[in-house]
Amino acid sequence: MTTFTETALTALQLLTQLDPVLWSIVGRSMWVSVLATVMACSVGVVLGAWLGVARFVGRDALLTVLNTLLALPSVVVGLLVYLLLSRTGPLGHLGWLFSLKAMVLAQAVLVLPVVTALTRQCVEDAERSHGEQLQSLGARPWLRSVLLAWDERYALLTVLIAAFGRAVSEVGAVMVVGGNIEGFTRVMTTAIALETSKGDLPLALALGLVLMGVVLLLNVCISMVRRWRQRMDGAGAEPVQGVLA
Amino acid sequence: MSTALQLHDVSVQFNTHWALQHVNLHMQAGERVALVGANGCGKSTLLRVAHGLLKVSGGSVGMAPKLKQAMVFQRPHMLRTSVLRFVVWGLWLQGVSWQEAHTRAMHALERVGLQDMAERSARTLSGGQQQRLALARAWSLKPNFVLLDEPTSSLDPHAKREVERLLAEWVTASKVSLLFSSHNLGQVKRLATRVIYLEAGRVLADLSVDAFFNRPLGESHPEAHLFLKGELG
Repeated sequence: MTTFTETALTALQLLTQLDPVLWSIVGRSMWVSVLATVMACSVGVVLGAWLGVARFVGRDALLTVLNTLLALPSVVVGLLVYLLLSRTGPLGHLGWLFSLKAMVLAQAVLVLPVVTALTRQCVEDAERSHGEQLQSLGARPWLRSVLLAWDERYALLTVLIAAFGRAVSEVGAVMVVGGNIEGFTRVMTTAIALETSKGDLPLALALGLVLMGVVLLLNVCISMVRRWRQRMDGAGAEPVQGVLA
Repeated sequence: MSTALQLHDVSVQFNTHWALQHVNLHMQAGERVALVGANGCGKSTLLRVAHGLLKVSGGSVGMAPKLKQAMVFQRPHMLRTSVLRFVVWGLWLQGVSWQEAHTRAMHALERVGLQDMAERSARTLSGGQQQRLALARAWSLKPNFVLLDEPTSSLDPHAKREVERLLAEWVTASKVSLLFSSHNLGQVKRLATRVIYLEAGRVLADLSVDAFFNRPLGESHPEAHLFLKGELG
């Protein structure tokens, strides 16, 4: 009990005294996850919106693959990105392995199926509900996917927040491709894993508290988006489900 | 008079269910045709086929060249935008320039009495106002063929009267062709010149309004007679 209390008190000291090591890890983590989320959303929202409206041969098979990718273990993503970026891999010439760029890429690959699948579902539901009204005005599938995605923008904002939550709490892939190098590629999750194994529990706990705080903040954001959406839409709005439970 | 719409032996199948079976319909320009029948009889499917939203499983659909259609749905979906932009978007999708679309949209809103709400969010409007907005958008497209899918069925009596008044003004003033479905037989009497009775995807009666409501149908169209008896009590 004493150990736990001491650990907690030291962790709080690290947080309140703005420990430079701790906060540089937090900053790096945020930077990597924000970039990865932006990259994944740029591709995933467009692809998901298109998949929500387009009908073509092989669509069902593609959706099955996409849904399977949702459960892709992060260490497997790490391994694939590692193979791509290793000296003998197809992207080896970039020299990205064990760098922040590799970590951004790995997180983006991990989050992309989440963004694509959630956007696809959101836009497909909208298409089923009122796509024909846009079709009636002459909107072809591609334009319809853009308009429906825009119309569902508040729900997609929730998808974006959920994607960031997935990215920031990821450990396996960034550990494999980043190497967890101190002061360079060490982020919150990899630092927690390392410091716990080393027995430096206060730093691990302090980082854990920050990570929990980030997830809590994301859920608050989702809740605020939901309320904002209901206010903008008037009484007729359907509630947005929280994604980060 | 010229032909506005021609459906020849049209059938539509959803999985194993036939929504329409061997439907023939010939509409002259300026005609006002009401589709009546019980729920699930194929009224909405027929409207969607006529509007080109559904592909037919059999038969053919012919439309007059240069025919410009607009459809108003039972529950118009309000895009997350302002009342004015709701109409502007519709025009823009039809290839009208953004600036001209604004002018036409304002004119359309004035026509349905929503000009003072132009900057309000379309989703905050009441059901009746939303249906008037949908009418404004359809009207702004300047169609010569209008399709309405139970346009007043989800409205309260006051909103119903208001929307019907606007519809009547529109179709009589501009001589557009009108194809609409309705459960409201009073509305059918007031708006239509011809009535088509559907049952299980088949046309079982195709009569003038006068013949449908005022002549005995018991022997010539027994199903339509039973429907009328049931609806009118």
